Amino acid sequence: MIQNTVRILRNDREADLYYRLTLRAPRVAPLIQPGQFAHLRIGFLGEALLRRPFSVFQVADETFSILYKTVGKGTEALARMRPGDDLSVIAPLGHGFTVPQPGGETPLLVAGSYGMAALYLLAQRSPQKGVVFVGGRRSADILCVEEFRALGWDVRVTTEDGSRGEHGLVTRPLIDEVRRQAGGRKLFACGPTPMLEAVGRIASEFGVPAELSMDEPMCCGVGVCLACVIPIRKGDRWEYQRTCTEGPVFDARTIAWDVRG
Amino acid sequence: MNLSVQIGRLTLRNPVTVASGTFGYGVEYARLLDLNRLGALAVKGIRLDPVRGNPTPRTAEVASGMLNAIGLQGPGVDGFIERYWPFLAGLEVPTIINIWGTTVEEYAEVARRFDALGGVGALELNVSCPNIKEGGAQFGTDPRLLHQVVAACRKATSLPLITKLSPNVVNIAPYAKAAEEAGCDALSITNSFPAMAIDIETRRPRLANGTGGLSGPCIKPIAIKLVWDAAKAVRIPIIGMGGIQSAADAIEFMMAGATAVAVGTANFYEPQTALQVIDGLGDFMRRHGIEEVREIVGSVRIEKRS
Repeated sequence: MIQNTVRILRNDREADLYYRLTLRAPRVAPLIQPGQFAHLRIGFLGEALLRRPFSVFQVADETFSILYKTVGKGTEALARMRPGDDLSVIAPLGHGFTVPQPGGETPLLVAGSYGMAALYLLAQRSPQKGVVFVGGRRSADILCVEEFRALGWDVRVTTEDGSRGEHGLVTRPLIDEVRRQAGGRKLFACGPTPMLEAVGRIASEFGVPAELSMDEPMCCGVGVCLACVIPIRKGDRWEYQRTCTEGPVFDARTIAWDVRG
Repeated sequence: MNLSVQIGRLTLRNPVTVASGTFGYGVEYARLLDLNRLGALAVKGIRLDPVRGNPTPRTAEVASGMLNAIGLQGPGVDGFIERYWPFLAGLEVPTIINIWGTTVEEYAEVARRFDALGGVGALELNVSCPNIKEGGAQFGTDPRLLHQVVAACRKATSLPLITKLSPNVVNIAPYAKAAEEAGCDALSITNSFPAMAIDIETRRPRLANGTGGLSGPCIKPIAIKLVWDAAKAVRIPIIGMGGIQSAADAIEFMMAGATAVAVGTANFYEPQTALQVIDGLGDFMRRHGIEEVREIVGSVRIEKRS
C-alpha cells in the first residue's frame, strides 16, 4: 500500500459510458496483484470529498489502468480529467484473487459488463487458460473481449437484449458449462451483486469453488471506517468483514447472503 | 518554538490528534504516514464486549461531508488488547482510548480495565455517539447522567479523562461544566451531528439505520461555535474537532478556545491531513512570531461594535 501523486497518461472513452484511464505509477504498478484495487482522489470534485475505489484492469511496467463507467459525480469528474493531470492514489489495496497454480483447476471467469476489468490480470497471470463468460444488458456493455481472446482465452458473450452473443443472462451458459464438467474447475467472478449471488449459488449447487469480487460503497479503503462490511460466516455464526481489507475477493461459501438481505 | 500542550498530566508533543472512529487502531495507517509525528492517536470506541455494528449501507456522502451509522463495531476490551494494543504500546505517540458502555457501571469497568493495562495515554468517554440505541448519547444529553458517568470513571481510574460531548444540545455550557465538576481533565468537542439523507428514487433513507451522524467540513463553523461556548464555561482544556482539513481550520478551533485539535473525516480522503496540519501550524507560528502554541488558544478578538 502506497500513497502517491500519479500522472494521467490516457483517459479515453472506450464505448458508450465506459472510459479507460491509464496512470503512470512506477512505485505502485509492480506491486499490484490480480483483483486488487486503487483508491483515487479525484480533483475538481468540489463538495464531494471521498476517494473512489476502482479495480485495477491492466498493468504494464510503470503504468496501470482502470476501466470505469460514468455513473455519478465522481466518475463524471474523472472523465473530464486530461492527460498530464495529476491524481492522488492509494494502491494497491485489498485481498485479491488466488492465482491458479500450474496444473491446478481450470479457471472459469464470470463478468458482468465492466467487471471484466477486475479479471484481466488474473487471466493474464493464470498458468491455465480457461473460459470467460461475460454478460451485459446490451451490446454496448460488453467490453475488452478481444483483449481476453488475445490472451488465448475462450470468451462467451451474453446480452439480455440479444444484441450480441447469446440471448439471456451470463449465468445460463455458465450453468451449462459446469453441468457438463464441474470437477477441476474454479469460478472467479466480478459484476453486479445479484450476479455474484447467482454465481455463488451455482458454485454451491455444483460443488465448484468460487471467488467473488464484492462491490460495496467505501470511504477510507484501508480498513478504518468500517463502511464497506459484508456478513461472513464463521462456524455457525457470522461477522462483518471489510470489503476493502479482508476483500474485495471472498470465498463464495463464506458469504452470508441470507443475513445480507 | 514550542508546540507541546497539556491534557491533564498528559503532554502532547504537538496539539494535533486524530479523532476516534476515523483512524481505526492506528496500525491501518502505519504504512502511509509516520504515526509518531502525531500529538496523540484516538482509537475507535471500545466497550466491554465485541460489537457487531449496524447493517449496511452505513455511510453516505453528502455536500462537503458524510453521514455515518457504523454502530461502534469493535472487538471489545479483550479483543482490542490482544489484537491492537501490542502495536499501539510500541509507538511513541500517546494512545487515547475511546470507551463507551450501556450503563454507568460498564463505563467504569472499561475504565478500570484500561487503567490496569498500563501505558495508556488517556481515556476518552464517548457519551455522544448518535448511532446506537443504548449508551452513548443518552449519557451526553442529560447533565445528571453525564455527571454520574464521568464521576464513576474518575473513581475507576487515575488516567487522564476526556469527555467527548454531544453537539445535540441547546446549550453546551452546562454539559461542559457537569463533566468538569465530575472530575474530568479535558473535553472533546464535538461528535457528529444527528442527520439524515433520503434517496428520492427509492424514497428510502440512504443509511440502513435511517439516521446517522454528519461529519466533515460542513460542520466546522457549528463545531467552532460549540468550542467557543464551552471554552467560556470551563477551565479544563478542550480538544476541538469537526471538519478540520488544514492548519487554518485547526488554528480557528484553537483561537475559539481549543488547546488541541483532532482531524476526523479528512483522514478518510487524505490520510496525510494531520501531518499537513502540524507543518502548517508551525509555519503559521513562524510567520506570526509565536513562540508558544498555547498563545493561540482562545486568542480570538471579540470587539464590541457600536
